[in-house]
Amino acid sequence: MIVFPTPVQTTLLFYMNYRYLKDKVAGHLMFVLSALSLLLVVSMGVGLYLKSAPILADHSLWSLISASEWKPMKNEFGFFPFIMGTAWVTVLAVAFALPISLLMAVFLTEYSRPWLRRYVFPLLDILAGLPSVIYGVWGTLLIVPWISEFVAPSLSRSSSGYTVLAGGIVLGVMAIPLLVSLFIELFSNVSQDFREAALALGATRWQTVKHIVLRKSLPGLIAAVVLAVSRTLGETIAVLMVCGNLAVAPGGLLDACYPIPALIANNYGEMLSLPLYESALMFAAFILFFVVLVFNLFSRIVLRKVTQY
Amino acid sequence: MSIATTFSWSLRHAFARPTWTLTEPFAVERKFPRPSDVRLAVDNLNLYINDAHILKNVSVSIPQNKITCIIGPSGCGKSTLLRTLNRLVDTNEGIKISGNVNFGTQDIISAKGSDITEIRRNIGLVPQRPCPLPMSIYDNVAYGCRIHGIRKKAKLDVIVRHYLEAVGLWEEVKSRLNAPANGLSIGQQQRLCLARSLAVEPSYLLADESTSALDPISSKKIEELFVKLKENYSIVMVTHTLRQALRIADYVIFMYLGEVIEQGPANEVFNNPQHSLTKNYLSGAFS
Repeated sequence: MIVFPTPVQTTLLFYMNYRYLKDKVAGHLMFVLSALSLLLVVSMGVGLYLKSAPILADHSLWSLISASEWKPMKNEFGFFPFIMGTAWVTVLAVAFALPISLLMAVFLTEYSRPWLRRYVFPLLDILAGLPSVIYGVWGTLLIVPWISEFVAPSLSRSSSGYTVLAGGIVLGVMAIPLLVSLFIELFSNVSQDFREAALALGATRWQTVKHIVLRKSLPGLIAAVVLAVSRTLGETIAVLMVCGNLAVAPGGLLDACYPIPALIANNYGEMLSLPLYESALMFAAFILFFVVLVFNLFSRIVLRKVTQY
Repeated sequence: MSIATTFSWSLRHAFARPTWTLTEPFAVERKFPRPSDVRLAVDNLNLYINDAHILKNVSVSIPQNKITCIIGPSGCGKSTLLRTLNRLVDTNEGIKISGNVNFGTQDIISAKGSDITEIRRNIGLVPQRPCPLPMSIYDNVAYGCRIHGIRKKAKLDVIVRHYLEAVGLWEEVKSRLNAPANGLSIGQQQRLCLARSLAVEPSYLLADESTSALDPISSKKIEELFVKLKENYSIVMVTHTLRQALRIADYVIFMYLGEVIEQGPANEVFNNPQHSLTKNYLSGAFS
């Protein structure tokens, strides 16, 4: 005898299967989206490489990154000044921002009273959310004149103020809110038990911070710095406004420089009648892409080393 | 002797690593100055956290070289009392304290700066959940001595070995002293924490339910250690297990809702409780 399911049973059956169907679809959809974002990175790398292939065919890689002459009209493309400009500004910005934000975060999590935190946290969020053009304007209005009128004369040098130093300071200030909020997150994730264990042995607060809190959050600290460096490397508008944009490798803090992002932003769409020029700019972007990629991979390796505790 | 020889000798002397052997007198258990008076007494202590009255007129004195168990239902202020004794309550927000806690002649409540760290060195803590510091096994034991200024490797070697032997851990870990401490089993970690606390020569050990996170065998080991250690240390212990208190306590403090209801030698409190609350608690009416 054949038993037909009642209408109620059919509906139930349908809904039960529907439930599993939804689960399956959701799982696959999420997988596809994740895979797409991964694919995006790869396709960007490949795209940039293909676009920069013409200039790589014309010049050797080594001559491109080591030559200092930048004369697109004469077919001379030397990226050394831009690479150095980016390196100077980034290193200076991180060297400036790291100690300040580390100490700020330590103060806010370990030393300060809670009411102070209530006022400072929203302020940091505002700072982190400000558009970078505002930082650029602030730099040109305040930092650049300060350097040309105060810092340079006191070192008996003359400078327009549009310098590596200005870029480093502006970028450093931009990185501080990001770093501080990341650090605070890290420090408050360190279990209170560890602090009490050290305090109970008679450690001072500073000793506890130094030996326990910083040690315990070291992997996170490294990841945070990597994030900040990646952001700083790619920051465009602010550096474009304060660095002076002179295609000469800087020899000191009071020289002008021309970081790679500023180069691309300033020139793209301008003289694209020269086919090699566009390719050169794409090559600049490729360098940036490559550096960020390598830097992130490298930090992964370091992270694996330090997470043993 | 030629000039070259003299020169090389002085060079070698300048760059030679100091070979510090234990020739100078050094007692592992007398590294730090020991206060002459180590009596610990709480007098009329009131403690508020954000206007909640946590400890009410608490007056106890902790006997020397005994195991004192603080018992009572959850939330009665046992841990807070313990944490007041070495000023760890400072880490809580919104604390208000009145009354006296005296360590010898020193007032713990009003202590400031280096006095606090010195008090905490003298009154050690064994935490509830073993909490090895993020360093190697060796460094965990050496850490307390390092922060109090003992940095010579030869001395630290002796100290580390001595205290690891004292908690019966030396044989188990001697081959991997430089391995991260969180690789140990949980019972070993707790004994390591004990060794770490002992290494700074406290007069008192505060144990806040130190065996509650351990398996029965490990917690038995810790108990045995406490019994052994009371020769040289006074131990104050918060415990939720009455059986444990029955086994090892010499002196018992029973607390209820922030008040000390009854205190006295263990056999008196356990066999002949004076207060009806104590009777009920001991008979398991509430916990």
